[in-house]
Amino acid sequence: MSTSDGPAKKTIKDAAHETAVEPDTEGKIQKQDKGSGGSIILFFIFGVFASLILGWIIFPKLLYVKKKQPIDFNHAFHITQVDNGCESCHFFREDGTFSGVPKLDQCIDCHEEIQGVDRNEIKFVEDYVSKYRQVPWLIYSKQPNCVFFSHAAHIKGARMDCVTCHGHIGESTSLKVYEQNRITGYSRDIWGKNIAGFKKNPWDRMKMDDCAECHQRDAADIEKTNIKSPEHRYIDNIIKVFSPSSLSLEKGDSVQTQKDACFVCHK
Amino acid sequence: MKNNLNHRFGMVIDLDKCTGCGSCMVACMAENNVPFRKDESDKLLSITWMRVFRLNNGKPFPETDICYLPRPCMQCAGLHEGHSPCVSVCPATATDYGMETGIVSQIYTRCFGCRYCMASCPYHSRYFNWWDPIWPDGMEKYLSPNVSPRMRGVVEKCSFCYHRYQLAKDKAFMDGGRELKENEYQTACTQACPANAITFGDLNNPDHAVHRMVKPDLEHGGRPQNPHAFRLLERLGTNPKVYYLSSRKWIRHAGDNYLKNEAKMKKPVHHG
Repeated sequence: MSTSDGPAKKTIKDAAHETAVEPDTEGKIQKQDKGSGGSIILFFIFGVFASLILGWIIFPKLLYVKKKQPIDFNHAFHITQVDNGCESCHFFREDGTFSGVPKLDQCIDCHEEIQGVDRNEIKFVEDYVSKYRQVPWLIYSKQPNCVFFSHAAHIKGARMDCVTCHGHIGESTSLKVYEQNRITGYSRDIWGKNIAGFKKNPWDRMKMDDCAECHQRDAADIEKTNIKSPEHRYIDNIIKVFSPSSLSLEKGDSVQTQKDACFVCHK
Repeated sequence: MKNNLNHRFGMVIDLDKCTGCGSCMVACMAENNVPFRKDESDKLLSITWMRVFRLNNGKPFPETDICYLPRPCMQCAGLHEGHSPCVSVCPATATDYGMETGIVSQIYTRCFGCRYCMASCPYHSRYFNWWDPIWPDGMEKYLSPNVSPRMRGVVEKCSFCYHRYQLAKDKAFMDGGRELKENEYQTACTQACPANAITFGDLNNPDHAVHRMVKPDLEHGGRPQNPHAFRLLERLGTNPKVYYLSSRKWIRHAGDNYLKNEAKMKKPVHHG
Protein backbone atom coordinates (compact mmCIF):
# COMPACT_ATOMS: atom_id res chain seq x y z
CA MET A 1 0.00 0.00 0.00
CA SER A 2 2.67 2.44 1.02
CA THR A 3 4.69 1.89 -2.16
CA SER A 4 1.71 2.52 -4.37
CA ASP A 5 0.66 5.60 -2.43
CA GLY A 6 4.08 7.25 -2.62
CA PRO A 7 4.35 8.08 -6.33
CA ALA A 8 0.66 8.92 -6.57
CA LYS A 9 0.97 11.57 -3.89
CA LYS A 10 4.09 12.90 -5.53
CA THR A 11 2.45 13.42 -8.89
CA ILE A 12 -0.48 15.26 -7.33
CA LYS A 13 1.98 17.47 -5.49
CA ASP A 14 3.91 18.12 -8.69
CA ALA A 15 0.76 19.04 -10.52
CA ALA A 16 -0.26 21.42 -7.79
CA HIS A 17 3.19 22.97 -7.83
CA GLU A 18 3.07 23.49 -11.58
CA THR A 19 -0.36 25.08 -11.57
CA ALA A 20 0.74 27.37 -8.81
CA VAL A 21 3.88 28.40 -10.63
CA GLU A 22 2.32 28.85 -14.06
CA PRO A 23 0.94 32.38 -13.73
CA ASP A 24 4.31 33.66 -12.47
CA THR A 25 6.38 32.22 -15.30
CA GLU A 26 4.14 33.25 -18.19
CA GLY A 27 6.45 36.01 -19.33
CA LYS A 28 9.46 33.66 -19.21
CA ILE A 29 7.76 31.08 -21.43
CA GLN A 30 7.07 33.69 -24.08
CA LYS A 31 10.74 34.67 -24.10
CA GLN A 32 11.74 31.05 -24.49
CA ASP A 33 9.43 30.77 -27.57
CA LYS A 34 11.39 33.40 -29.42
CA GLY A 35 14.61 31.55 -28.71
CA SER A 36 13.29 28.20 -30.02
CA GLY A 37 11.95 29.63 -33.32
CA GLY A 38 14.91 28.19 -35.22
CA SER A 39 14.42 24.75 -33.77
CA ILE A 40 10.77 24.80 -34.73
CA ILE A 41 11.67 25.61 -38.32
CA LEU A 42 14.27 22.87 -38.22
CA PHE A 43 11.68 20.49 -36.84
CA PHE A 44 9.33 21.52 -39.63
CA ILE A 45 11.96 21.00 -42.32
CA PHE A 46 12.86 17.66 -40.78
CA GLY A 47 9.19 16.77 -40.77
CA VAL A 48 8.80 17.61 -44.45
CA PHE A 49 11.79 15.47 -45.37
CA ALA A 50 10.67 12.66 -43.14
CA SER A 51 7.24 12.59 -44.75
CA LEU A 52 8.74 12.86 -48.23
CA ILE A 53 10.98 9.89 -47.52
CA LEU A 54 8.09 8.04 -45.96
CA GLY A 55 5.80 8.76 -48.89
CA TRP A 56 8.15 8.31 -51.80
CA ILE A 57 10.55 5.63 -50.62
CA ILE A 58 9.29 3.68 -47.62
CA PHE A 59 5.58 3.54 -48.53
CA PRO A 60 6.14 2.24 -52.07
CA LYS A 61 8.45 -0.41 -50.62
CA LEU A 62 5.85 -1.46 -48.11
CA LEU A 63 3.08 -1.29 -50.69
CA TYR A 64 4.44 -4.06 -52.86
CA VAL A 65 4.93 -7.70 -51.90
CA LYS A 66 7.90 -9.21 -53.68
CA LYS A 67 7.33 -12.65 -55.10
CA LYS A 68 9.73 -14.92 -56.93
CA GLN A 69 8.71 -16.82 -60.02
CA PRO A 70 8.41 -20.57 -59.43
CA ILE A 71 11.27 -21.17 -61.86
CA ASP A 72 13.96 -18.72 -62.84
CA PHE A 73 13.66 -18.82 -66.63
CA ASN A 74 16.62 -17.83 -68.79
CA HIS A 75 15.33 -16.11 -71.93
CA ALA A 76 18.79 -15.35 -73.33
CA PHE A 77 19.78 -19.00 -73.31
CA HIS A 78 16.55 -20.28 -74.81
CA ILE A 79 16.62 -17.83 -77.67
CA THR A 80 19.93 -19.35 -78.83
CA GLN A 81 18.29 -22.78 -78.84
CA VAL A 82 15.24 -22.00 -80.96
CA ASP A 83 14.96 -21.10 -84.64
CA ASN A 84 12.07 -18.70 -84.78
CA GLY A 85 12.91 -16.06 -82.15
CA CYS A 86 10.19 -15.05 -79.72
CA GLU A 87 7.49 -16.69 -81.83
CA SER A 88 8.98 -20.14 -81.24
CA CYS A 89 7.33 -20.23 -77.83
CA HIS A 90 5.07 -17.16 -77.83
CA PHE A 91 3.31 -18.03 -81.04
CA PHE A 92 0.15 -17.14 -82.91
CA ARG A 93 -2.49 -19.78 -83.27
CA GLU A 94 -3.99 -20.39 -86.68
CA ASP A 95 -7.12 -18.44 -85.81
CA GLY A 96 -5.10 -15.31 -85.11
CA THR A 97 -5.17 -15.48 -81.32
CA PHE A 98 -1.94 -15.15 -79.40
CA SER A 99 -0.72 -17.92 -77.11
CA GLY A 100 0.96 -15.67 -74.52
CA VAL A 101 2.85 -17.49 -71.78
CA PRO A 102 3.67 -21.01 -72.98
CA LYS A 103 1.87 -23.91 -71.44
CA LEU A 104 3.58 -27.05 -70.23
CA ASP A 105 2.81 -28.88 -73.48
CA GLN A 106 5.13 -26.61 -75.44
CA CYS A 107 7.96 -26.97 -72.93
CA ILE A 108 7.64 -30.75 -72.90
CA ASP A 109 8.65 -30.88 -76.57
CA CYS A 110 12.25 -30.35 -75.44
CA HIS A 111 12.15 -30.91 -71.69
CA GLU A 112 10.63 -34.35 -71.41
CA GLU A 113 13.85 -35.37 -69.66
CA ILE A 114 16.52 -33.35 -67.92
CA GLN A 115 18.82 -31.90 -70.57
CA GLY A 116 21.56 -30.14 -68.63
CA VAL A 117 22.84 -29.48 -65.15
CA ASP A 118 20.97 -26.25 -64.40
CA ARG A 119 19.11 -26.61 -61.12
CA ASN A 120 16.18 -24.59 -62.44
CA GLU A 121 15.70 -27.08 -65.23
CA ILE A 122 16.04 -30.03 -62.89
CA LYS A 123 13.40 -28.45 -60.64
CA PHE A 124 11.16 -27.80 -63.64
CA VAL A 125 11.34 -31.37 -64.92
CA GLU A 126 10.99 -32.97 -61.50
CA ASP A 127 8.26 -30.77 -60.09
CA TYR A 128 6.19 -29.98 -63.16
CA VAL A 129 6.96 -32.10 -66.22
CA SER A 130 7.05 -35.48 -64.51
CA LYS A 131 3.87 -34.67 -62.56
CA TYR A 132 2.29 -32.94 -65.57
CA ARG A 133 1.51 -29.86 -63.50
CA GLN A 134 1.24 -26.41 -65.14
CA VAL A 135 3.81 -23.92 -63.87
CA PRO A 136 2.01 -21.22 -61.86
CA TRP A 137 3.79 -18.32 -63.56
CA LEU A 138 3.14 -14.89 -62.12
CA ILE A 139 1.97 -12.69 -65.00
CA TYR A 140 3.61 -9.26 -64.93
CA SER A 141 1.02 -7.46 -67.02
CA LYS A 142 -2.16 -9.47 -67.09
CA GLN A 143 -4.87 -8.18 -69.36
CA PRO A 144 -7.97 -7.19 -67.46
CA ASN A 145 -11.22 -8.89 -68.26
CA CYS A 146 -12.71 -5.87 -70.00
CA VAL A 147 -9.92 -5.49 -72.55
CA PHE A 148 -9.47 -7.00 -75.98
CA PHE A 149 -5.93 -6.58 -77.24
CA SER A 150 -5.02 -7.85 -80.68
CA HIS A 151 -1.42 -9.04 -80.92
CA ALA A 152 -2.13 -9.97 -84.53
CA ALA A 153 -2.99 -6.38 -85.46
CA HIS A 154 0.32 -5.16 -84.09
CA ILE A 155 2.72 -7.95 -85.02
CA LYS A 156 1.16 -9.22 -88.25
CA GLY A 157 -0.73 -6.14 -89.34
CA ALA A 158 1.60 -3.28 -88.40
CA ARG A 159 4.67 -5.57 -88.46
CA MET A 160 5.93 -4.29 -85.16
CA ASP A 161 8.72 -5.88 -83.18
CA CYS A 162 8.08 -7.56 -79.82
CA VAL A 163 10.79 -5.36 -78.32
CA THR A 164 8.88 -2.16 -79.12
CA CYS A 165 6.41 -2.83 -76.33
CA HIS A 166 7.97 -5.58 -74.23
CA GLY A 167 11.60 -4.44 -74.13
CA HIS A 168 14.66 -6.64 -74.21
CA ILE A 169 13.22 -9.54 -72.29
CA GLY A 170 14.79 -11.90 -74.80
CA GLU A 171 18.25 -10.89 -73.58
CA SER A 172 17.53 -11.36 -69.88
CA THR A 173 19.17 -14.28 -68.08
CA SER A 174 16.74 -14.37 -65.18
CA LEU A 175 13.17 -13.34 -64.48
CA LYS A 176 12.62 -10.20 -62.51
CA VAL A 177 10.90 -10.22 -59.15
CA TYR A 178 7.13 -10.01 -59.37
CA GLU A 179 5.79 -7.17 -57.24
CA GLN A 180 2.17 -7.23 -56.19
CA ASN A 181 0.30 -4.29 -54.78
CA ARG A 182 -0.98 -5.23 -51.31
CA ILE A 183 -4.08 -3.08 -51.65
CA THR A 184 -5.23 -3.72 -55.21
CA GLY A 185 -3.57 -7.06 -55.87
CA TYR A 186 -2.31 -5.79 -59.22
CA SER A 187 1.20 -6.27 -60.54
CA ARG A 188 3.55 -3.31 -60.23
CA ASP A 189 4.12 -3.33 -63.99
CA ILE A 190 0.66 -1.90 -64.50
CA TRP A 191 1.64 1.33 -62.77
CA GLY A 192 5.36 1.16 -63.42
CA LYS A 193 8.47 1.30 -61.27
CA ASN A 194 8.31 5.03 -60.75
CA ILE A 195 5.81 5.88 -58.07
CA ALA A 196 5.26 9.33 -59.60
CA GLY A 197 4.14 7.64 -62.81
CA PHE A 198 7.04 8.76 -65.01
CA LYS A 199 8.44 6.27 -67.46
CA LYS A 200 11.48 6.04 -69.67
CA ASN A 201 10.62 3.10 -71.89
CA PRO A 202 7.35 1.96 -73.43
CA TRP A 203 7.62 -1.31 -71.50
CA ASP A 204 7.84 0.38 -68.10
CA ARG A 205 4.09 0.52 -67.93
CA MET A 206 1.08 -0.86 -69.81
CA LYS A 207 -1.88 1.35 -69.18
CA MET A 208 -4.51 2.71 -71.53
CA ASP A 209 -2.75 6.03 -72.07
CA ASP A 210 0.42 4.18 -73.01
CA CYS A 211 -1.46 2.65 -75.94
CA ALA A 212 -2.81 6.06 -76.82
CA GLU A 213 0.68 7.55 -76.82
CA CYS A 214 1.77 5.59 -79.91
CA HIS A 215 -1.58 5.67 -81.63
CA GLN A 216 -1.85 9.43 -81.43
CA ARG A 217 1.74 10.00 -82.45
CA ASP A 218 1.48 7.69 -85.44
CA ALA A 219 -1.71 9.30 -86.57
CA ALA A 220 -0.21 12.77 -86.28
CA ASP A 221 3.00 11.71 -88.09
CA ILE A 222 1.07 10.34 -91.01
CA GLU A 223 -0.94 13.50 -91.36
CA LYS A 224 2.14 15.73 -91.12
CA THR A 225 4.44 13.94 -93.51
CA ASN A 226 1.85 12.51 -95.85
CA ILE A 227 4.01 9.44 -96.30
CA LYS A 228 2.92 7.01 -98.93
CA SER A 229 5.40 4.17 -98.47
CA PRO A 230 3.68 0.79 -98.41
CA GLU A 231 4.30 0.24 -94.70
CA HIS A 232 2.97 3.61 -93.72
CA ARG A 233 -0.02 3.27 -95.94
CA TYR A 234 -0.60 0.03 -94.14
CA ILE A 235 -0.41 1.64 -90.72
CA ASP A 236 -2.57 4.43 -92.05
CA ASN A 237 -5.17 1.88 -93.06
CA ILE A 238 -5.07 0.16 -89.71
CA ILE A 239 -5.61 3.41 -87.89
CA LYS A 240 -8.43 4.21 -90.27
CA VAL A 241 -9.92 0.82 -89.66
CA PHE A 242 -9.57 0.77 -85.90
CA SER A 243 -10.06 4.37 -84.96
CA PRO A 244 -11.06 6.38 -87.99
CA SER A 245 -11.54 9.61 -86.13
CA SER A 246 -7.99 9.53 -84.76
CA LEU A 247 -6.65 10.78 -88.07
CA SER A 248 -7.95 14.26 -87.50
CA LEU A 249 -6.66 14.70 -83.99
CA GLU A 250 -6.68 18.04 -82.33
CA LYS A 251 -4.68 19.17 -79.37
CA GLY A 252 -6.08 17.87 -76.12
CA ASP A 253 -7.80 14.89 -77.68
CA SER A 254 -7.07 11.58 -76.07
CA VAL A 255 -8.19 8.05 -76.60
CA GLN A 256 -10.57 8.59 -73.71
CA THR A 257 -12.56 11.44 -75.17
CA GLN A 258 -12.31 10.45 -78.78
CA LYS A 259 -15.50 9.19 -80.28
CA ASP A 260 -15.89 5.53 -81.18
CA ALA A 261 -12.41 4.49 -80.10
CA CYS A 262 -13.45 2.66 -76.90
CA PHE A 263 -14.95 -0.36 -78.60
CA VAL A 264 -11.69 -1.14 -80.37
CA CYS A 265 -10.10 -2.41 -77.16
CA HIS A 266 -12.92 -2.72 -74.63
CA LYS A 267 -15.20 -5.68 -74.68
CA MET B 1 -27.79 10.44 -95.71
CA LYS B 2 -24.30 9.83 -96.94
CA ASN B 3 -23.05 6.31 -97.05
CA ASN B 4 -19.68 6.89 -95.45
CA LEU B 5 -19.26 3.73 -93.39
CA ASN B 6 -16.75 1.07 -94.40
CA HIS B 7 -19.16 -1.60 -93.30
CA ARG B 8 -22.76 -1.45 -92.29
CA PHE B 9 -23.41 -4.68 -90.50
CA GLY B 10 -27.06 -5.50 -90.42
CA MET B 11 -29.54 -8.26 -89.94
CA VAL B 12 -32.55 -9.46 -91.88
CA ILE B 13 -35.10 -11.53 -89.99
CA ASP B 14 -37.69 -13.42 -92.02
CA LEU B 15 -40.79 -13.49 -89.83
CA ASP B 16 -42.50 -15.99 -92.10
CA LYS B 17 -39.75 -18.47 -91.25
CA CYS B 18 -39.47 -17.73 -87.53
CA THR B 19 -41.13 -20.42 -85.44
CA GLY B 20 -40.61 -18.65 -82.14
CA CYS B 21 -38.50 -21.52 -80.77
CA GLY B 22 -36.21 -19.17 -78.85
CA SER B 23 -32.91 -20.74 -79.96
CA CYS B 24 -31.60 -17.28 -80.79
CA MET B 25 -32.29 -16.12 -77.24
CA VAL B 26 -30.53 -19.11 -75.71
CA ALA B 27 -27.55 -18.82 -78.05
CA CYS B 28 -27.27 -15.13 -77.30
CA MET B 29 -27.31 -15.61 -73.54
CA ALA B 30 -24.67 -18.31 -73.71
CA GLU B 31 -22.47 -16.40 -76.13
CA ASN B 32 -22.53 -13.10 -74.31
CA ASN B 33 -22.49 -14.23 -70.66
CA VAL B 34 -25.87 -12.67 -70.07
CA PRO B 35 -26.85 -13.05 -66.42
CA PHE B 36 -30.16 -14.63 -65.53
CA ARG B 37 -32.29 -14.89 -62.44
CA LYS B 38 -34.00 -17.77 -60.74
CA ASP B 39 -37.32 -16.31 -61.79
CA GLU B 40 -37.14 -14.87 -65.28
CA SER B 41 -40.85 -14.15 -65.52
CA ASP B 42 -40.55 -10.50 -64.49
CA LYS B 43 -39.51 -8.96 -67.78
CA LEU B 44 -38.75 -5.63 -66.17
CA LEU B 45 -35.87 -7.25 -64.34
CA SER B 46 -34.67 -9.98 -66.68
CA ILE B 47 -31.98 -9.29 -69.26
CA THR B 48 -32.50 -10.51 -72.81
CA TRP B 49 -30.26 -9.00 -75.48
CA MET B 50 -32.27 -10.93 -78.03
CA ARG B 51 -35.92 -11.28 -77.20
CA VAL B 52 -38.71 -12.98 -79.13
CA PHE B 53 -42.03 -11.17 -78.93
CA ARG B 54 -45.35 -12.67 -79.91
CA LEU B 55 -47.71 -10.56 -81.94
CA ASN B 56 -51.28 -11.36 -82.92
CA ASN B 57 -53.62 -9.72 -85.37
CA GLY B 58 -56.32 -9.30 -82.70
CA LYS B 59 -58.99 -11.08 -84.72
CA PRO B 60 -61.28 -13.89 -83.51
CA PHE B 61 -60.83 -17.57 -84.34
CA PRO B 62 -61.05 -18.20 -88.05
CA GLU B 63 -58.86 -15.25 -89.02
CA THR B 64 -56.60 -15.30 -85.97
CA ASP B 65 -52.92 -15.20 -86.79
CA ILE B 66 -49.79 -14.91 -84.72
CA CYS B 67 -46.23 -13.96 -85.48
CA TYR B 68 -43.02 -14.25 -83.51
CA LEU B 69 -40.70 -11.30 -83.71
CA PRO B 70 -37.10 -11.60 -82.51
CA ARG B 71 -35.73 -8.27 -81.39
CA PRO B 72 -31.97 -7.69 -81.02
CA CYS B 73 -30.46 -4.20 -80.71
CA MET B 74 -31.34 -2.31 -83.89
CA GLN B 75 -27.93 -0.55 -84.02
CA CYS B 76 -29.67 2.63 -85.16
CA ALA B 77 -27.78 5.12 -87.24
CA GLY B 78 -30.25 7.95 -86.80
CA LEU B 79 -30.82 10.78 -89.23
CA HIS B 80 -27.13 11.04 -89.85
CA GLU B 81 -24.47 8.46 -89.04
CA GLY B 82 -23.92 8.27 -85.28
CA HIS B 83 -27.14 9.98 -84.27
CA SER B 84 -28.61 6.93 -82.55
CA PRO B 85 -31.11 7.76 -79.82
CA CYS B 86 -28.96 6.19 -77.10
CA VAL B 87 -25.63 7.54 -78.32
CA SER B 88 -26.82 11.10 -78.44
CA VAL B 89 -27.97 11.08 -74.82
CA CYS B 90 -25.14 9.20 -73.09
CA PRO B 91 -23.37 11.64 -70.77
CA ALA B 92 -20.34 9.37 -70.29
CA THR B 93 -19.58 8.36 -73.90
CA ALA B 94 -20.14 4.84 -72.64
CA THR B 95 -22.09 4.04 -75.75
CA ASP B 96 -20.93 5.16 -79.13
CA TYR B 97 -21.46 4.64 -82.83
CA GLY B 98 -18.77 2.67 -84.66
CA MET B 99 -17.84 4.58 -87.79
CA GLU B 100 -16.14 1.46 -89.10
CA THR B 101 -18.92 -1.07 -88.59
CA GLY B 102 -22.04 0.91 -87.80
CA ILE B 103 -22.36 -1.06 -84.56
CA VAL B 104 -23.40 0.80 -81.42
CA SER B 105 -20.91 0.01 -78.69
CA GLN B 106 -21.51 -0.34 -74.99
CA ILE B 107 -18.45 0.14 -72.76
CA TYR B 108 -19.33 -1.35 -69.40
CA THR B 109 -16.35 0.17 -67.62
CA ARG B 110 -17.39 3.67 -68.69
CA CYS B 111 -21.10 3.32 -67.95
CA PHE B 112 -22.18 4.64 -64.59
CA GLY B 113 -25.76 3.50 -64.83
CA CYS B 114 -27.81 6.68 -65.32
CA ARG B 115 -30.09 4.72 -67.70
CA TYR B 116 -30.74 7.71 -69.91
CA CYS B 117 -30.04 5.47 -72.91
CA MET B 118 -32.68 3.02 -71.75
CA ALA B 119 -35.22 5.79 -71.64
CA SER B 120 -34.25 6.96 -75.10
CA CYS B 121 -34.24 3.55 -76.78
CA PRO B 122 -37.59 3.09 -78.54
CA TYR B 123 -37.01 -0.66 -78.87
CA HIS B 124 -36.35 -1.50 -75.21
CA SER B 125 -33.15 -3.23 -76.25
CA ARG B 126 -31.17 -1.92 -73.34
CA TYR B 127 -31.10 -3.55 -69.94
CA PHE B 128 -29.87 -2.53 -66.56
CA ASN B 129 -27.96 -4.75 -64.17
CA TRP B 130 -29.78 -4.36 -60.89
CA TRP B 131 -27.53 -6.98 -59.29
CA ASP B 132 -24.14 -8.51 -59.82
CA PRO B 133 -24.61 -11.68 -61.86
CA ILE B 134 -24.94 -14.84 -59.81
CA TRP B 135 -23.93 -17.92 -61.76
CA PRO B 136 -24.95 -21.40 -60.67
CA ASP B 137 -22.14 -23.38 -59.04
CA GLY B 138 -19.26 -23.95 -61.44
CA MET B 139 -20.85 -22.04 -64.30
CA GLU B 140 -18.35 -19.20 -64.17
CA LYS B 141 -15.88 -21.67 -65.64
CA TYR B 142 -18.09 -22.02 -68.69
CA LEU B 143 -18.41 -18.31 -69.37
CA SER B 144 -17.09 -17.06 -72.67
CA PRO B 145 -13.69 -15.40 -72.21
CA ASN B 146 -14.36 -13.16 -75.20
CA VAL B 147 -17.11 -11.16 -73.55
CA SER B 148 -16.58 -9.52 -70.18
CA PRO B 149 -19.33 -10.16 -67.65
CA ARG B 150 -21.07 -7.01 -66.45
CA MET B 151 -21.18 -5.74 -62.91
CA ARG B 152 -24.07 -4.29 -60.97
CA GLY B 153 -25.09 -0.79 -61.98
CA VAL B 154 -24.34 -0.76 -65.70
CA VAL B 155 -26.44 -0.96 -68.82
CA GLU B 156 -25.91 -3.68 -71.39
CA LYS B 157 -27.27 -4.54 -74.81
CA CYS B 158 -26.74 -6.61 -77.94
CA SER B 159 -23.45 -5.83 -79.66
CA PHE B 160 -24.02 -7.90 -82.82
CA CYS B 161 -21.41 -10.23 -81.25
CA TYR B 162 -18.73 -7.63 -81.79
CA HIS B 163 -16.10 -9.91 -80.26
CA ARG B 164 -16.66 -12.26 -83.18
CA TYR B 165 -15.87 -9.41 -85.54
CA GLN B 166 -12.64 -8.73 -83.69
CA LEU B 167 -11.63 -12.37 -83.65
CA ALA B 168 -12.43 -12.64 -87.35
CA LYS B 169 -10.24 -9.61 -87.97
CA ASP B 170 -7.42 -11.22 -85.99
CA LYS B 171 -7.62 -14.19 -88.28
CA ALA B 172 -7.63 -11.94 -91.32
CA PHE B 173 -4.45 -10.29 -90.06
CA MET B 174 -2.75 -13.68 -90.12
CA ASP B 175 -3.51 -13.83 -93.85
CA GLY B 176 -2.03 -10.41 -94.50
CA GLY B 177 -4.88 -8.17 -93.44
CA ARG B 178 -7.41 -9.16 -96.08
CA GLU B 179 -11.08 -8.20 -96.06
CA LEU B 180 -13.47 -10.39 -94.08
CA LYS B 181 -15.62 -12.87 -95.93
CA GLU B 182 -19.33 -12.93 -95.34
CA ASN B 183 -19.31 -16.20 -93.40
CA GLU B 184 -16.39 -15.24 -91.18
CA TYR B 185 -18.37 -12.81 -89.10
CA GLN B 186 -21.82 -14.10 -88.11
CA THR B 187 -23.67 -13.49 -84.89
CA ALA B 188 -24.52 -16.30 -82.48
CA CYS B 189 -28.26 -15.92 -83.01
CA THR B 190 -27.87 -16.16 -86.77
CA GLN B 191 -25.98 -19.40 -86.49
CA ALA B 192 -28.34 -20.83 -83.89
CA CYS B 193 -31.56 -20.24 -85.81
CA PRO B 194 -32.79 -23.68 -86.94
CA ALA B 195 -35.21 -22.16 -89.46
CA ASN B 196 -32.57 -19.92 -91.07
CA ALA B 197 -34.85 -16.98 -90.38
CA ILE B 198 -31.94 -14.71 -89.44
CA THR B 199 -29.43 -13.50 -92.03
CA PHE B 200 -26.47 -11.38 -91.09
CA GLY B 201 -23.97 -9.47 -93.19
CA ASP B 202 -22.75 -6.16 -94.53
CA LEU B 203 -25.57 -4.00 -95.89
CA ASN B 204 -23.02 -1.96 -97.81
CA ASN B 205 -21.76 -4.95 -99.72
CA PRO B 206 -23.96 -5.83 -102.71
CA ASP B 207 -22.62 -9.39 -102.65
CA HIS B 208 -23.92 -10.06 -99.16
CA ALA B 209 -27.27 -11.80 -98.72
CA VAL B 210 -28.66 -9.08 -96.44
CA HIS B 211 -28.14 -6.46 -99.13
CA ARG B 212 -29.78 -8.58 -101.78
CA MET B 213 -32.74 -9.44 -99.58
CA VAL B 214 -33.84 -5.94 -98.59
CA LYS B 215 -32.06 -3.71 -101.12
CA PRO B 216 -31.59 -0.86 -98.62
CA ASP B 217 -31.88 2.59 -100.13
CA LEU B 218 -28.88 4.12 -98.44
CA GLU B 219 -29.57 7.53 -99.93
CA HIS B 220 -32.83 7.67 -98.03
CA GLY B 221 -32.08 6.52 -94.52
CA GLY B 222 -31.63 2.89 -95.49
CA ARG B 223 -35.30 2.34 -96.31
CA PRO B 224 -35.86 -1.16 -97.69
CA GLN B 225 -36.75 -1.29 -101.37
CA ASN B 226 -38.08 -4.81 -101.08
CA PRO B 227 -41.87 -4.33 -100.60
CA HIS B 228 -41.98 -7.21 -98.10
CA ALA B 229 -39.29 -5.71 -95.91
CA PHE B 230 -39.87 -3.29 -93.08
CA ARG B 231 -38.15 -1.95 -90.01
CA LEU B 232 -39.52 -1.39 -86.53
CA LEU B 233 -40.84 2.11 -85.89
CA GLU B 234 -39.65 3.32 -89.27
CA ARG B 235 -41.49 6.60 -88.75
CA LEU B 236 -39.21 7.62 -85.88
CA GLY B 237 -36.29 8.02 -88.25
CA THR B 238 -33.96 5.90 -86.13
CA ASN B 239 -32.62 4.18 -89.24
CA PRO B 240 -32.18 0.71 -87.72
CA LYS B 241 -29.93 -1.94 -89.23
CA VAL B 242 -32.31 -4.77 -88.46
CA TYR B 243 -34.83 -5.45 -91.21
CA TYR B 244 -37.81 -7.76 -91.04
CA LEU B 245 -39.39 -9.65 -93.92
CA SER B 246 -42.99 -10.76 -94.03
CA SER B 247 -45.49 -11.54 -96.74
CA ARG B 248 -48.35 -10.78 -94.33
CA LYS B 249 -49.57 -7.21 -94.43
CA TRP B 250 -50.79 -6.96 -90.83
CA ILE B 251 -47.33 -7.80 -89.55
CA ARG B 252 -45.67 -5.18 -91.72
CA HIS B 253 -48.27 -2.76 -90.46
CA ALA B 254 -47.69 -3.76 -86.82
CA GLY B 255 -44.02 -2.93 -87.21
CA ASP B 256 -44.78 0.75 -87.06
CA ASN B 257 -47.21 0.69 -84.15
CA TYR B 258 -50.08 2.44 -85.91
CA LEU B 259 -53.04 3.32 -83.78
CA LYS B 260 -56.28 1.55 -84.62
CA ASN B 261 -58.04 4.63 -85.89
CA GLU B 262 -54.98 6.47 -87.11
CA ALA B 263 -56.15 6.79 -90.72
CA LYS B 264 -59.22 8.72 -89.51
CA MET B 265 -57.19 10.80 -87.08
CA LYS B 266 -54.75 11.86 -89.72
CA LYS B 267 -57.34 13.16 -92.15
CA PRO B 268 -58.03 16.52 -90.52
CA VAL B 269 -54.31 17.21 -90.38
CA HIS B 270 -54.00 16.67 -94.13
CA HIS B 271 -57.00 18.86 -94.88
CA GLY B 272 -55.78 21.58 -92.62
